[in-house]
Amino acid sequence: MAELFVGREDEFEDRGRKVIAHGDLEIGVFFVDGGFYAYENKCVHQGGPVCQGRILNRVVEMISDDKTSQGLAWSEDDVHIVCPWHGYEFNLKTGVHPGYKNARLRPFDVKLKDGEVYVVT
Amino acid sequence: MDSGVEQTRELPQEITTKTDTRDILARETQYQIDKGFRDWTIVDVDAHHSEMSSWREVVEYLDDPILKHYAHEFQARTGGAPGLSNHMPGLRYQDAGGRIPHQTHIGEKVEDDSVHRDVTLMRRSMDAMGLDHQILFPGNLLQLGTHPQPRVEAQLALAYNRWVCERILPMDDRVKTLLYLPISEPDMCMKIIKEFGENPNVSGFMITAVRYKPVHHNQFIPIYRELEERGLPLAFHAGLTWGDDWMKQLDLFISMHAISFVLCNIVHMTNWIIHGMQERFPKLDVIWIESGLAWLAFLMQRLDSEYLMRPSEAPLLKKLPSEYMADMFYTCQPIETSNMALTEETFKAVKAETQLLYASDWPHWDFNPPSTIYDLPFLDEQAKRNILGENAVKLFGIDTKKPKTA
Repeated sequence: MAELFVGREDEFEDRGRKVIAHGDLEIGVFFVDGGFYAYENKCVHQGGPVCQGRILNRVVEMISDDKTSQGLAWSEDDVHIVCPWHGYEFNLKTGVHPGYKNARLRPFDVKLKDGEVYVVT
Repeated sequence: MDSGVEQTRELPQEITTKTDTRDILARETQYQIDKGFRDWTIVDVDAHHSEMSSWREVVEYLDDPILKHYAHEFQARTGGAPGLSNHMPGLRYQDAGGRIPHQTHIGEKVEDDSVHRDVTLMRRSMDAMGLDHQILFPGNLLQLGTHPQPRVEAQLALAYNRWVCERILPMDDRVKTLLYLPISEPDMCMKIIKEFGENPNVSGFMITAVRYKPVHHNQFIPIYRELEERGLPLAFHAGLTWGDDWMKQLDLFISMHAISFVLCNIVHMTNWIIHGMQERFPKLDVIWIESGLAWLAFLMQRLDSEYLMRPSEAPLLKKLPSEYMADMFYTCQPIETSNMALTEETFKAVKAETQLLYASDWPHWDFNPPSTIYDLPFLDEQAKRNILGENAVKLFGIDTKKPKTA
């Protein structure tokens, strides 16, 4: 087990990230809603650099009580990372695809020490 | 004293439209090294460049002085592309709202001005994906089959063909093309085949599949006969459209793209098979490009079932439609793998070991790097080698002694 230094806590803005490499292993560390989350920079689809994609809120469709569609909106809660190769999306807090729970990013534990951020591999 | 903390290096936070192709595809490069297949022969049978970025150059190759005048005027008013073309606004959805930057725009820095910018971009993608050879196609011009002015389609096809053969292909021996045939104008097709049929960078010819005239029409027969006599392959390159009545019901890009890219090839394949084109042109190599693979098992069974009940309507056939289909060639992209058992059965049905050709479709949003074939769990190494390169080497007579990098 190794600890990889990522950066200082105060370097991360909300929805900020750092993508680091240790040998061939690449890891993206994200700061979302006050929490740190880390995943391997490898999409489960075709191995793309998922952690280097765009961060966007999940798109939701608003359905009324009468089941009619009232159009699309940004989710207020769910933040996604989008793989830049093909567009696979994953919830940044869970690492899971919104419609296919078997598609999930490989997570890593994040450790905070004296204002510094580490991932545990 | 060992602190237990390992040293790391920082990577760019985000891939954008300015990111170098080699950095976008770096994970594929590394994966090939790790898995040990980077030295395999890999031929990409479907990649694209953005001819619209060079539209000012392309229209200078127009023969027709009046069309050239219109092209100049369109550019003066709009600043460039897509004057004269029938560019479809719906194509702008391809990058999923900016989520897939390499589809949005390839805006990376290119300092080498000794060759056309497209050549440098092609070299970067080929090097990153470990490609030995690449078959290059245009992008937006694949929509030309629905151009409301057949004469303009034909003139633009000729101009593009001349431009790509003069400005792009001679710059790198690894890059070839299957040239655009505007079959709405058969006389122009014959002119194009005669002008370019002997060109060493032209590996065959291509019909854009989004068009509405039956491919077995007698008007087109001389084109197929000419290609068969010359031993040049014919490809049908699928595309999308939001313009026909069925597609107009699909009001999201995902829906229209999923169906229209397959529907055009299903229609043409059905006519091709049922009207006995394989019997009429048994030596013509036919390639079906960019419809994925899942449609093939469906169509094979569907046509077999109908043919067995109604052979009098397809009197030229001497075997089952599925058997004719298994005699033709297919590119794999965009490969469907959500149900691997179905994928495996489809591979068996089309005799993938000899008939399937790897294609990246780079730089489009649903591209497949070579690892998508390498990673298929049901293929042995020889089958992977065949699909990734050897089948294309045989089909196109490619000289494999050329180096992998320029």
